[in-house]
Amino acid sequence: MPALTEVADAIIRGDHAGVAALTRQVIREGIPPKTILDDGLIAGMTVVGDRFRSHEIFLPDVLLAAKAMYAGMDELRPLLIREGVPPIGRVVIGTVRGDLHDIGKNLVGIMLKGAGFEVIDLGHDVAPEKMVRAAEEQGAAVIGMSALLTTTMPVMRETVELLRARKLDGAIRTVVGGAPVSEAFARDIGADAYGFDAGNAVDVVKALVGRA
Amino acid sequence: MTVVLRFRGADVLPSRDAALERMGIPAGAELAEPVESSFARAAELLIESAAPAGVMEEISAAEFGEVYRGEGRNDPASPVADIFGRADHLALFAVTLGEGVSEALARCFAGEELAIAYLLDAMASVAADGIADLAERRFDGLVRGRGWNPADGAVLRYSPGYCGWDVTGQRKLFAHLDPARIGLSLTEGCLMRPLKSVSGVAIAGPREIHVFAPEYDACRSCRTRTCLGRHRALASRERS
Repeated sequence: MPALTEVADAIIRGDHAGVAALTRQVIREGIPPKTILDDGLIAGMTVVGDRFRSHEIFLPDVLLAAKAMYAGMDELRPLLIREGVPPIGRVVIGTVRGDLHDIGKNLVGIMLKGAGFEVIDLGHDVAPEKMVRAAEEQGAAVIGMSALLTTTMPVMRETVELLRARKLDGAIRTVVGGAPVSEAFARDIGADAYGFDAGNAVDVVKALVGRA
Repeated sequence: MTVVLRFRGADVLPSRDAALERMGIPAGAELAEPVESSFARAAELLIESAAPAGVMEEISAAEFGEVYRGEGRNDPASPVADIFGRADHLALFAVTLGEGVSEALARCFAGEELAIAYLLDAMASVAADGIADLAERRFDGLVRGRGWNPADGAVLRYSPGYCGWDVTGQRKLFAHLDPARIGLSLTEGCLMRPLKSVSGVAIAGPREIHVFAPEYDACRSCRTRTCLGRHRALASRERS
């Protein structure tokens, strides 16, 4: 469908006004919302993600594309809700208690949204109880935790242990990341996965929800 | 004596290449036009929102030993531990870009100006390091002004959270320096607030005390390896 290709191309260009207008146009043409999402918006972001991974473009280009995708989603969201189209997964993210660094966590959230996930961003300084409660209440499949300080990394373990204590560790998976965090640390605390950067975190979360 | 450091707005803006390198983009790279526009806007926002300030206080080696010991969580061996005892002069310092930058960043994210937010964050990180470098130079100027002028002298800075100096060392550093006077505070987790801040010790001494082989325990998990660049810079100063 050429019109959907135009939507995807506008995302690749980071043309947010264009994406909004084209999304309205394809909605008017009667293309099903799920098709617009998959073959227009997500298709565009997939190309952007691939180009980023192959170092053809830089992260700011990806973020401009993400903003363009948000513009399309603003048009599409009411229809997706009305038709009961579920996101490919729901993810709660936050920077752990005692830590105020936002940028890495924000990038993960942006990338996840670009891949079609619904993201509940709890912000920074998030206590384990709040993280687990939000995931439970929102029906999230994954909790993503970020820490930028060695002093706050133990909060990740607390969160994993809280999930286990509540017997939620099978239903709600965990992924951790941040400058001082490593794969070995993730294994040591019993987290389900480790994401070494925002792009990798998307792949990891997709694998956790069986959409890799 | 405590010195309150003031910086000019022009001191804040990093070079284009330094900002690009911070984001993993090669220096001199050509950016797409929309990224270029975002870059320019981020630079404007940094200049508008930054209120750079710093504080510096000289400290004896014995006193610094107590600050450095912190809460006893440092690595058993670390470069700082090996360096400061051989120093001629030391000064604790803390610098910040101010809360305005954090607020500008939050506004950009909230307004979905994602690329500008990311670029601003990277520029601000480089800028915070830049004013820490200026603090280091001011200390260099201060001690040289008092007659410390060895042919092989050099001043370098070291910060808690790096090189085996545990981040909990911030607590004693803050207790000694009292950077609240420039609006800097410490969270329970020893994180500085505002975020775009740098603290540490500036160490003046013979150049060779700053040069070490990166073979400490902390070096194994270090991802920055900025020491290598600093050692190269010292070597080039020696040649010139």
